Amino acid sequence: MDALTTLTSRTVVLPIRDIDTDQIIPARFLTTTSREGLGAALFHDLRFDQHGAEREDFPLNDPDARDCRILVAGNNFGCGSSREHAPWALLDYGFRAVISTEFADIFQNNAFKNGLLPIIVDVDTHNWLLAHPGVELRVDVEAAQLELPDGGSVEYPIDAFARYCLTQGIDQLGYLQKHSDAISSYEETHACGG
Amino acid sequence: MAAARTLLDKVWADHVVVPETAAAPAVLYIDLHLIHEVTTPQAFALLRERGIAVRRPDLTLATMDHSTPTTPVSSFRDLAVVGESAANQIRQMEENCREFGIELYGFDSEHRGIVHVIGPELGASQPGKTIVCGDSHTSTHGAFGALAFGIGTTEVGHVLATQCLLQRKPKSLAVNVSGRLPDGVTAKDLILAIIGEIGVDGGTGHVIEYRGEAIRALDMEARMTICNMSIEAGARAGLIGPDDTTLEYLAGRPRVPQGADWDAAAERWLGLRSDDDAEFDRSVSIDAAKQQPMVTFGTNPGMVIGVNELVPDLDDPTFRKAMDYMKITPGKPMSANAVDVVFVGSCTNGRLSDLQQAADILNGHKVADGVRMLVVPGSQQVKLRAEELGLHRIFAAAGAEWRESGCSMCLGMNGDTVASGQLSVSTSNRNFEGRQGVGARTILASPATAAASAVLGHVADPRTLN
Repeated sequence: MDALTTLTSRTVVLPIRDIDTDQIIPARFLTTTSREGLGAALFHDLRFDQHGAEREDFPLNDPDARDCRILVAGNNFGCGSSREHAPWALLDYGFRAVISTEFADIFQNNAFKNGLLPIIVDVDTHNWLLAHPGVELRVDVEAAQLELPDGGSVEYPIDAFARYCLTQGIDQLGYLQKHSDAISSYEETHACGG
Repeated sequence: MAAARTLLDKVWADHVVVPETAAAPAVLYIDLHLIHEVTTPQAFALLRERGIAVRRPDLTLATMDHSTPTTPVSSFRDLAVVGESAANQIRQMEENCREFGIELYGFDSEHRGIVHVIGPELGASQPGKTIVCGDSHTSTHGAFGALAFGIGTTEVGHVLATQCLLQRKPKSLAVNVSGRLPDGVTAKDLILAIIGEIGVDGGTGHVIEYRGEAIRALDMEARMTICNMSIEAGARAGLIGPDDTTLEYLAGRPRVPQGADWDAAAERWLGLRSDDDAEFDRSVSIDAAKQQPMVTFGTNPGMVIGVNELVPDLDDPTFRKAMDYMKITPGKPMSANAVDVVFVGSCTNGRLSDLQQAADILNGHKVADGVRMLVVPGSQQVKLRAEELGLHRIFAAAGAEWRESGCSMCLGMNGDTVASGQLSVSTSNRNFEGRQGVGARTILASPATAAASAVLGHVADPRTLN
């Protein structure tokens, strides 16, 4: 996983609540056995019409939005399925952070494990960001701060362990494996599996 | 005296290998890892890359359900898998299970089926266990008093390699359901009403424990329907305390303890319930007696009304986007909507009692002209039992299709899809845009409501057909 310490980017805004993982990447793209190349399927049916042409009114298709690495979305982003293909698709497309007022639990877990930063902001900040697409933001992951164009900044909540892994590029499987002795003694003293 | 604890507290505490601190989450032991073909190939690839074995293949149970076709054939080997990538995914699953020594309920197994149907059917889903799967509807198994939740593919790799997960303990939410459901109102209607009440993010960060007289009165299959859709309220998991109903369901199943071991397990399981004075982080109360058949009108399961209510009207961009997609008119009754497709099946409503409910409505009726109805058993065992009871003949006589088991039309990735623009009444769990196919419009409902809608050709109250 690539470490993420700071990020500076303009935003692209999807002002819709409850964007589910089926909208982020439809199930028919899930027959892959790889995690590569899923950016092409990101928001597929919102980005493209049934003939495969880009929908002009979809914010990601705005020429000015092509290189944005921060997505601002409505409340409860990533609800629905557990598919990790959702953060894989967002990352492959080029996003490194998503800002909302709330994230679905599984999506948030999956995002952190792949180096995609979910940023939870208060309603006022969120409303301002929704109303100002394209503004440039700077994220300081270590300080857990979002720096706004007016020079102000807001602190966002982040799990200490998730932040540590993100800023250091830590692979959590390696971390878990270091506990193998504790796991073995647990297995010796418990009727694992019932 | 020890502090009163919730069921969540108890199951959690029993599985902590390393306690959580401010700096790091807990290492939590997993008793049962369910796996399927769609969310595991990348995890197995990582194990192979790093030369890691599966730590506990004996605690891992595999099947194929999501990208497998359900077309009726004499032999599974004849199944026409939709597309080369799906066929490859299925081959990979067979190879991965062979290489890593995991028992696979594959194409030739009479126990194959939707992962959340076969876990309980085999008796593998037991009270007090921690159960995970790379699938959000893992919450289903909470009906047995197990802490069961969906995980991503990276976490699937963690469990394969270490049988553990890094987890923060979720908060608890009690949903107290008093009274009894009226006749003709089902568990599906109740869970849709609960989601409508607390919202699609109402359970985020929480494990819901369903409690109260109405929950106690439900059989295990109905309890599974309830817990299955906990995720649609954003909850990490759903839980129901084990009782005699739980034990009756589990007794004699292949993977439960037998003889004296069963007696000991049964006693332990009955002790697994929230203490009377246990405190929950939040609680909500619902009156079962006031419930009615429910249908969704929008593009998430929280956009739901009584089948005879008028579609609401809101001045809100998310609501407008949903209505534009659904082509449903605010202010009108749902019965104004003509139906193209009816789907009975899925991990929510693909069990024997669900099929029985649909058959009871269909018996002596015909599916309306122009409506396609698909009935897909949740597992090969459900199919077998249904055929023993002659349900397949009722479906065939009514003009519905009877299929092999699988996820089918719940999600458009196995060949069973709803065509663009068509309106589907579905017993599945998600009415998201494009869930059942590109441009498909989905209304979620109970098996009875789905069957009644098939007969009448429009969204219908099943009580009008009795």
